[in-house]
Amino acid sequence: MLRADDVWFRYGSAQPWTLAGVDLQVADGEVVGLCGPSGGGKSTLARVLAGHLRPDRGRVTVDGSEPRARRGPHPVQLVLQHPERAVDPRWTIRRALAATGAGDDAIAALDEELVRPTWLDRYPHEISGGELQRVNLARALLTRPRFVVADEITASLDAVTQARIWALLLERCRAAGIGVLAVSHDRLLLEEVAGRIVDRTPVPDRGPA
Amino acid sequence: MSAAVAVPVPGRLGDRRTRTLAYVGLAVLVVLGVLVAGTLAGDAAQTTDLADRNLGPSAEHWFGTDRLGRDMLARTLAGLRLSLVVGVAAAAVSAVVALLLASAAAVFGGVVDRAVGWLVDLFLALPHLVLLVLLAFALGGGTGAVVAAVALTHWPTLTRVLRGRAREVMSSDYVAVSRQLGRGRWWIARHHLAGHLTGHFVVGTVLLFPHAILHEAALSFLGLGVDPGQPSIGILLAESMRYLTAGAWWLAVLPGLCLLVVVKLVDAIGENTRALLDPRSHHL
Amino acid sequence: MTAPLLEVRGLEVDFLQYERGLRRRAVPALTGMDLTARAGEVVALVGASGAGKSLLAHAVLGLLPPNAVERGTVAVDGEPLSPEQRRRLAGHGTTLLPQSASFLDPLSRIGRQVRRTARLAGHADPRRAAEQALAERGLGREVLRRYPHELSGGMARRVLVAMAVLTRPRLLLADEPTTGLPTDLVRTTLREFRVLADAGAAVVLVTHELRAALDVADRVVIVRDGRTVDVADPAGFTGDGAALAHPYTRALWQALPGNGFRVPEVR
Repeated sequence: MLRADDVWFRYGSAQPWTLAGVDLQVADGEVVGLCGPSGGGKSTLARVLAGHLRPDRGRVTVDGSEPRARRGPHPVQLVLQHPERAVDPRWTIRRALAATGAGDDAIAALDEELVRPTWLDRYPHEISGGELQRVNLARALLTRPRFVVADEITASLDAVTQARIWALLLERCRAAGIGVLAVSHDRLLLEEVAGRIVDRTPVPDRGPA
Repeated sequence: MSAAVAVPVPGRLGDRRTRTLAYVGLAVLVVLGVLVAGTLAGDAAQTTDLADRNLGPSAEHWFGTDRLGRDMLARTLAGLRLSLVVGVAAAAVSAVVALLLASAAAVFGGVVDRAVGWLVDLFLALPHLVLLVLLAFALGGGTGAVVAAVALTHWPTLTRVLRGRAREVMSSDYVAVSRQLGRGRWWIARHHLAGHLTGHFVVGTVLLFPHAILHEAALSFLGLGVDPGQPSIGILLAESMRYLTAGAWWLAVLPGLCLLVVVKLVDAIGENTRALLDPRSHHL
Repeated sequence: MTAPLLEVRGLEVDFLQYERGLRRRAVPALTGMDLTARAGEVVALVGASGAGKSLLAHAVLGLLPPNAVERGTVAVDGEPLSPEQRRRLAGHGTTLLPQSASFLDPLSRIGRQVRRTARLAGHADPRRAAEQALAERGLGREVLRRYPHELSGGMARRVLVAMAVLTRPRLLLADEPTTGLPTDLVRTTLREFRVLADAGAAVVLVTHELRAALDVADRVVIVRDGRTVDVADPAGFTGDGAALAHPYTRALWQALPGNGFRVPEVR
């Protein structure tokens, strides 16, 4: 179970709260949709859940304990909106996948549906955005995460590619019992992929009680 | 579209990159030539011939001779060599200081980053040349003092460039992803930062050379630089001052011009290398 | 029949790049773009990011970088124009509505920038024209004194629309004008384009959101991997898309969330 309990976050003490007392649960193997307009703090919440940002108050727990930083891959893997920004432009796809600690065998054994072998020695700008997003997904899955947070991962892709990536993600996560938090502004998309949808509206600016 | 197959196009000799590379190659050759010639001219630069004193430029002595009858061409070449060596040493030390500070700021962040930023601002706020003179004076003059003084005054600008670039890398999505894969700061420094900083570091270092060379000459001119017995350009210019009124223009003009040309060449090497490495002009 | 305001035929764009050393290669970016826009029309150019939509818009304005090589024809009012000629038209009849607020000058106040646009477009009273254009989009006088970073994303977008309309374009190229906007603002923005077109302009709406485009477009041009694959009638995008002739267009429609979210068999 991935839980956020009364999470508060702001970018600097002079800034308004971006997250004010957020509670959220995602059970193992569950797919939850997080919907809301841009600027509503969805991406911030996604980054807090994956440990990129530390909440100012409240806790994020996986199975009751806070994930330890720097002790191997985080159990909550975040896949980001812009596939081309999530891979070092100076790296080949192979090197990006190897950063997970996966050996050559594991990379070679990757499902062709996810990552084609011909991409491995190319650079990120030499494959398309949709293909690169599949690489990012594969990279997250290689760490054997407990949860995947998908933050607008198909927002810049066409509908066909979007449907294909979600089919891949849902199939893999279902098979491995991975819980998914699908973040999007597109309610119709979330209705397709999620079993339950949580709405996020921008918080009114109040300090913690 | 990125996934498209590339069609090879034959390189044309007239394209910009070929010209730039040719220019850089030529400049490097000239600078190397000066180094070699300066080394070979070492003895000739100190050979006095009192029969041929204060001669103007001629076929025998292209740059004329000074008050002790020493050949000014040999002295200029030897001086340029000395200036280059001192300048390069100082620039290299400076660049290493910049790299260490910028990397420390990026890797440790927080207090270290703020401290480095403060230090850079402090040094940039102080008048450059005054600080240089004070340092050289405090260190007691001589070649070592010049290298140290120039090195200690030239790191801030490069540090700022490298720190800015490092910050950009550290706040990128791909570094965030490496962190969530469980990679620590040293791993990120080695695998992400190093690659992204190398180009800036090389170009920044080369662009430090001309500054360092000119400042070495300035210090020597003021008598705070290399040992007066050695023919540095700064010393040649200082000595020539007394004879300018007597009409011995060649003593100052020719070595000065040569210094200008060499500095301009080194600067051009840096600027052209930058243009080649800069992604915005890379493919033009 | 008069010539269309904008006609792009078989436009191909390569980028020359250096590989290691001095070897140059041409990387194809556009491999066959066709686009026709008549006065009074809104044409939606739909495709994934990276498909070449923005590149086409920039090519029409003659704004490609110097290492781009262009083939094919771009004709305005039936007359094929060189990139230089097209660049001269930019701002004089042809206007780009850019994608983001980063196209505003960050160091200059909004009022100044909008007034400048109005002056360059030849309005008799630039100050009044600027204020009016902003007011029509629900932006009060207080906005005039602000800098771009003091605007929300939605406000910045409205400022850009106001500036674009002030130039009184005959041809407007709107590059992803609605991405990231809340639904009501998307609708208002798109309605602006309809009004412009009804007043006699040709509007090319570049977007990756097919559904939003259908409300205002007279025709939908489907772009994929640098080429135009289909020109479809918006009326065909209904039900399960049986009226759509081209298989890719149909697949695109059927893959939309709410329309079946279907993954086509062939890859």
